[in-house]
Amino acid sequence: MKEIVVISGKGGTGKTSLTASFGIMGAKDVVLADCDVDAADMHLLMQPDFEVAEDFYSGEVAYINQSNCTSCGLCQDVCRFDAISLHNEQYVISPLDCEGCGYCARVCPTETIINNDLLVGQLFVSNVKTGGQMVHARLGIGADNSGKLVAKVKDEAKVLALKNKKDYILVDGSPGVGCPVVSSLSGASFVVLVTEPSVSGLHDLKRVYELVKKFNIKAGCIINKADVNSDKQAEIKRFLMDEGIEHLIDLPYDENFTKAMTLGQTIVEYENQNLTSLLEQTWEKIKQLTNQNNREK
Amino acid sequence: MTNQQTFKIAIASGKGGTGKTTLSTNLAALIAEREEVVLVDLDVEEPNSGLFFNGTLVHEEDNHNMTPNWDESLCTLCGLCQEVCNFNAIIQLGTSILVYPKLCHSCYACSELCPVNALPMEPTQIGKLRDYKLGKLHYVESRLNIGEEQAVSSIAKTKKYVAEKYPNVSLAIFDSPPGTSCPVMEATKDADYVILVTEPTPFGFHDLKLAIETMHELKKSFGVVINRYGIGNDEVINYCKAEGIDILAKIPNSRQIAELYSEGHLIYPSFPEVKTALSNILEHCLSIKEGERI
Repeated sequence: MKEIVVISGKGGTGKTSLTASFGIMGAKDVVLADCDVDAADMHLLMQPDFEVAEDFYSGEVAYINQSNCTSCGLCQDVCRFDAISLHNEQYVISPLDCEGCGYCARVCPTETIINNDLLVGQLFVSNVKTGGQMVHARLGIGADNSGKLVAKVKDEAKVLALKNKKDYILVDGSPGVGCPVVSSLSGASFVVLVTEPSVSGLHDLKRVYELVKKFNIKAGCIINKADVNSDKQAEIKRFLMDEGIEHLIDLPYDENFTKAMTLGQTIVEYENQNLTSLLEQTWEKIKQLTNQNNREK
Repeated sequence: MTNQQTFKIAIASGKGGTGKTTLSTNLAALIAEREEVVLVDLDVEEPNSGLFFNGTLVHEEDNHNMTPNWDESLCTLCGLCQEVCNFNAIIQLGTSILVYPKLCHSCYACSELCPVNALPMEPTQIGKLRDYKLGKLHYVESRLNIGEEQAVSSIAKTKKYVAEKYPNVSLAIFDSPPGTSCPVMEATKDADYVILVTEPTPFGFHDLKLAIETMHELKKSFGVVINRYGIGNDEVINYCKAEGIDILAKIPNSRQIAELYSEGHLIYPSFPEVKTALSNILEHCLSIKEGERI
């Protein structure tokens, strides 16, 4: 079982549309994992049945039981997150600002502050239209996307893949270079970088690849909307060559991606011509590199 | 008015790549044609606003996280630090105390509760803040080092820097990170007005609803800008109408706009309709600003 992780640094490069397309082509061989838990969208293309739904708790949030509070203010003094304030002569904790460090509860002289487990989101396991399965999640609004829910999504996908003897886990990662991305990358067999030929696309690709290098994972790159700017496209290709990143494919700017999306479809279901054949080649190449990479290890 | 307050406009979106940076940079540049403005890039993981301007660096400083540093000579190995840390960032292993700075949330509990002060908090460099100037435009960005995971403290620090450095600038624009989690909350929570940028596609619509929920949670007043208008469908428009949400502008879908953006150019100088859209957005923000004064 191999783990293929798709990331982009920059948002809006087409990461989810492409991951979902590979998911369609991989069909029953693939367990899909949507690790962009902060703004998960892949389910919109996959007709999930939400067969299993469970609450996900991580960390704690402090709460002041007013009946025993002497309003000494010590909790507010020690809180480094400005989460505790005085309202109508009562100290209250703003759950959105509380980090769950528990410091206030430890110093409270009347032990009137309690720490409750924090519900940060929901985890789903679904059967999807490919005949395969997908693990996805929804992070609560304003929750700490510390990467723990991402790790949980990946763990669940791994369990399913092993149990049902699937060849691949295909992970839709999150944008950026912080915690959730670090969580998405850990344990990956191969990374697919999706970029676009723009100053921002290249800038973000370079930053996210620095992170990939720290994990020492072999990577390939898809240049999406490649014909929008040929100079930037050439610049990206030079970067890929210098870094030894496999250049997987150039895809043209094509509004059929959006047309497919409005029908709840991936591009490979929507059209049966140029783009689909390019994506079929790409998926074969990704599988080949993923397996080759693991043999070398 | 002598003690003028800066009016802070945050530009956010659930989905990435909808045009937050395009809107932030173009709006800031348009304002700077007539008055001083600060553009603050709070997407500290992938700051891009600066790619669109060629300004002069006027100030640079390190961003830090405070983390405990074990002083072996003072430690009595009582184990309290490990016990009080809710993030598993401190482990006592035999006669050693190990600190994992990346897990640390800088709550100070271990340091301040240590009976012998053996865990003083010390700064760790996690990134850099840079402040540039170009005519009447100031732009400030913070950039997290690769491998650092805690974005929130850098966002808070950047806002503080701007508030102290530019207290008399009447407008500030915050280019926020994507999503709906902590970093977005931090970037938008003290904005006076939030503009949510979306695109009229199923992904854009789905994530817009999450972003709207976030704004309700924060009790923010906000409006929506639809970018790449013309693609996709009418779900976003119909939803906003039904919910009574202001649509401030529709920026047309255009390959030429995508090409200008890809080169790192501003859009409005070549597109009168974009300039009109920006003026309308600005006018709307200013009317809210005036409304708050009354």
